[in-house]
Amino acid sequence: MTEMQNLYLLVPLAPLAGALIAGLLGRVIGPAASHRVTIALMFVCVAASIAVFLDVLKGNVYNGTVYTWLTSGGVRFEVGFLIDQLSATMMVVVSFVSLMVHIYTIGYMHDDPGYQRFFSYISLFTFSMLMLVMSNNFLQLFFGWEAVGLVSYLLIGFWYTRPTAIYANLKAFLVNRVGDFGFLLGIGLVLVYFGTLDYAAVFAQASNVAAETIEITSGSPWAILTVICILLFVGAMGKSAQFPLHVWLPDSMEGPTPISALIHAATMVTAGIFMVARMSPLFELTETALSVVLVIGGITTLFMALVAIVQYDIKRVVAYSTLSQLGYMTVALGASAYPAAIFHLMTHAFFKAVLFLGAGSVIIAMHHEQDMRKMGGLKKYMPITYWTMFVAALASAGVPGLSGFFSKESIIEAVHFADIPGAGFAYFCAVATVLVTAFYTFRLLFMTFHGQPRMDHHTEEHLHESPWVVTLPLVALAIPTIGAGWLIGPMLFGDYFANTIQIAPQHEAMAKLAAEFHGIPEMMRHALSTIPFWLSVVGIFAAWYLYIAKPDLPGKIKWAAGPFATLLERKYFIDELYSWLFAGGARLLGRGLWKFGDVKVIDGFFVNGTAGLVAGASTLMRRFQTGYIYHYAFTMIVGVFILMSLWLFW
Amino acid sequence: MLFGFPLLSLVIWLPILAGVAVLATGGDRNAPLARMIALVGSVAGFLVAIPLYTSFDPLTSTMQFVENHVWIERFNVHYHLGVDGIAMPLILLNAFTTPLVVIAGWEVITRRVSQYMGAFLIMSGIVNGVFSSLDAILFYVFWEASLIPMFLIIGVWGGPNRVYAAIKFFLYTLLGSLLMLVAFIYLYQVSEGSFSILEYHKLPLSMASQILIFIAFLLAFAVKVPMWPVHTWLPDAHVEAPTGGSVVLAAILLKMGGYGFLRFSLPILPDASHQLAGMMIALSLIAVVYIGLVALVQADMKKLIAYSSVAHMGFVTLGFFLFNNYGLEGAMVQMVSHGFISAAMFLCIGVMYDRLHSRQIADYGGVAHRMPVFAAFFMLFAMANSGLPGTSGFVGEFMVIMASMKVNFWYAFLAATTLITGAAYTLWMYKRVIFGAVVHPAVEEMKDIGAREILVLTVLAVAVLGMGLYPLPLTEVMHTTVDDLLAHVARSKLQ
Repeated sequence: MTEMQNLYLLVPLAPLAGALIAGLLGRVIGPAASHRVTIALMFVCVAASIAVFLDVLKGNVYNGTVYTWLTSGGVRFEVGFLIDQLSATMMVVVSFVSLMVHIYTIGYMHDDPGYQRFFSYISLFTFSMLMLVMSNNFLQLFFGWEAVGLVSYLLIGFWYTRPTAIYANLKAFLVNRVGDFGFLLGIGLVLVYFGTLDYAAVFAQASNVAAETIEITSGSPWAILTVICILLFVGAMGKSAQFPLHVWLPDSMEGPTPISALIHAATMVTAGIFMVARMSPLFELTETALSVVLVIGGITTLFMALVAIVQYDIKRVVAYSTLSQLGYMTVALGASAYPAAIFHLMTHAFFKAVLFLGAGSVIIAMHHEQDMRKMGGLKKYMPITYWTMFVAALASAGVPGLSGFFSKESIIEAVHFADIPGAGFAYFCAVATVLVTAFYTFRLLFMTFHGQPRMDHHTEEHLHESPWVVTLPLVALAIPTIGAGWLIGPMLFGDYFANTIQIAPQHEAMAKLAAEFHGIPEMMRHALSTIPFWLSVVGIFAAWYLYIAKPDLPGKIKWAAGPFATLLERKYFIDELYSWLFAGGARLLGRGLWKFGDVKVIDGFFVNGTAGLVAGASTLMRRFQTGYIYHYAFTMIVGVFILMSLWLFW
Repeated sequence: MLFGFPLLSLVIWLPILAGVAVLATGGDRNAPLARMIALVGSVAGFLVAIPLYTSFDPLTSTMQFVENHVWIERFNVHYHLGVDGIAMPLILLNAFTTPLVVIAGWEVITRRVSQYMGAFLIMSGIVNGVFSSLDAILFYVFWEASLIPMFLIIGVWGGPNRVYAAIKFFLYTLLGSLLMLVAFIYLYQVSEGSFSILEYHKLPLSMASQILIFIAFLLAFAVKVPMWPVHTWLPDAHVEAPTGGSVVLAAILLKMGGYGFLRFSLPILPDASHQLAGMMIALSLIAVVYIGLVALVQADMKKLIAYSSVAHMGFVTLGFFLFNNYGLEGAMVQMVSHGFISAAMFLCIGVMYDRLHSRQIADYGGVAHRMPVFAAFFMLFAMANSGLPGTSGFVGEFMVIMASMKVNFWYAFLAATTLITGAAYTLWMYKRVIFGAVVHPAVEEMKDIGAREILVLTVLAVAVLGMGLYPLPLTEVMHTTVDDLLAHVARSKLQ
């Protein structure tokens, strides 16, 4: 083991140790010691991640095994690390955001009885996520994949007395399992057709396998890679909450706010995006799968953004915003602009974490009120929260200069250049969403921080800025929210991802994007003359007009919009449909199979029927064996009489 | 091989003798003594089984630790014992489970203690006999003998409807195995006077007789596993059985059916196995899908876990009849893992039953408030039951799904639905029992688990996690045996 390999191990093991200490010994060592230990270990994790990242920048990539999990049929299933530009970037983002959330949690959860448990969970989550991104094979990817799902389940249901929370966590787990179902089938096909689950070995053979087909239904051959990629993407749809598996993410807001920031905005939900980028050597060989990715991403980005317009719960606005932004990343993947997707993943992690943690800060100040209709005018009480959220809102709306602008602009341009089926639709969605994004983000900002205070008198008296453990992470995350975009040159157009992400030569989006790029100032200047910029200006202005200038107008518009507004408010009735069709259907089917199949047919007819037959036959037989001698004598006489008659008269 | 030391005999007879000693302590006046002897006997039974693993040679597929003596000369019946990479893990699983059952019943059983403990110890020895017999008659004797202690455990310490359940259990399994005896007698004729199972493996047989013998075996083994549609005795037996009975039933006795397929059906009847594989796969997949849905709507926790057992055992029989390494080894792993997980699930339900005397999901809710430590253990086992990676529950399911994919995409598709249904029925139950607000005052009175319960659940938690994170030590010992079995099954016996 070299020194670097020890460092690789340290990155996931430090949070794991924190999780175990806080989880198993939390009651013994108490709350303060628990958060000190976990945070100290998170510092170690961040430091190690940065060291690994710097080492990778020097060109030292690593691909090796930690231990052999299982051998069967001549295949070794291993746990191992692949450390390259993609995983190192993810490691830094995950560990940094996680550390900030750890610190923030001290403030947010300080009087919660489950304090230690919470720290244990978020450290365990960090461990799982790091194992996911550092994996060098599909099996470990699936381990991390399901493990983050588990921790997400535990955290959404953290307040396990709330009926809504325990409904939401079960729903989240099951919807994710639907995705994992596809994902596991995809992994199965990889194992069968490639004979290994190791990334490097699979990617090396990808072009050979590309010619093979599989007949899913007889007579219709599918390219094997298309099937594999679509199945893997089904997994991504679950984890990254893409339509139609998006339903769990808004409900996951039932969990405490720190985890909404960490898990349901910055990291776990990006696992699907990361995975598709990791699998670029496979996806690049199947245009059909890329088209599916594009269209799904397009639908998600526009239609989820529209729902955000009508939400009043501050966290739900941010949640739908997350769905929409994940849609952007998915669109980028479908357009073969993987670096742009990862770039947006990174900038989004920062600005979305700020929006969530800021929303959490507001929620603390409001004594756990989340309805924006009862807020307003908070700016003067909470300046740090306001300004950090303001910056994040600008980034989210894509205002030039902030991180979100660079990443989103790249995605929109890349889709513009893409020419596979579905690109036109995705481009339309991506552009239209700019307007919607700017509108709902500033609607949130205006309703919360500007205008007249609408909370009750008691709450207003107690309004104050959150403690430093809350504001420090906000500020620390606001810095990359502003600055991370300036890395666009090296990250997108340098050779940063050259060894990691493969793009087929016929998919020219990234290449054309690079040709158009003439430095950051030029990019910003050029943006001023494009539609997306003006759409975001219009969006911000509209939000100001409706929620500051004419605050009674939104109600009138909503009334006028009638069924359309209802459709948005009820989230297109998808939840109702699923709970009726899948939850209800499965229960109905289960009850039918049980009551009819098991109880009536198998037990009633066959088992008890057989028993009844035996019992009936023996009852009949028993009649003849009464034990009374005169019965036997009588029978004998009758028998003799019959026999004699037969003999005489035949 | 420990210098000709009769290790397997010791593994079989030590628990049985200890069980007789426990019985000899008599009435409940001597209950503490009975418990102590049972504990020492069961732990000793596990300790003497450990050399089976440590001295096992994983590079050979021939039988190891062989003992062979003439038993009934007139019919050429032998006391012939031996284990390979398939039998050995199951013996260890059985020896591992017995002390847990003894400890789990420590304070809970107050009536006829010596008979309860004795029955479990004797059963443990008998089951070891099942897994190590290489003579068909010896096997049959152990096989049928195992019914008696379980029949008594359900019938004496069971719930209100115990007599119906005990008789259903007894008749179902007895009727299943009678045809197996007929098949043995037929094989005795064909082999010109041998009851050696290893001889049967080499015996050429026509397709017609293979199919008939296969069906005779199938009835015996399918009832035991249990496979759909002969599974309906299991929920009734579990519901009425005391906790320890359910644990042994699920963890050990079901494995006898699975073992039977590997020891008899596949190697003796390779052509029939291939011929009927489609039917076996179909029945297994029905078990996974159909039973998964049935489990979803159960209101009784034990019934739910009983149905879940049927669905999980569906993976075992599915793995057998795919005829590849992943499938067979995955099925073996699934059997061992199911031993841990089902034992843990039934113990968890037992923990709650001891406090509230109800198995109905609707009578609980909010248990996490009063029993946080228990809730954490139960969460782990519920996740294992849902096949979460990192727990043993994942390993077998994963391997069998991979094996199915090798054969047919749709087999894998149907098998993988367990990811959704398994999580749905387990976690939905968990949600209604453990989470939520306390609605029933009785739940408010529940006390968290004590040291004895923590000990048992910790041992199982370590087993579940250990096997999930590092299953290699288990599969290593099976490779050679499984390879050999697959090669054997691939060769036709038709002439």
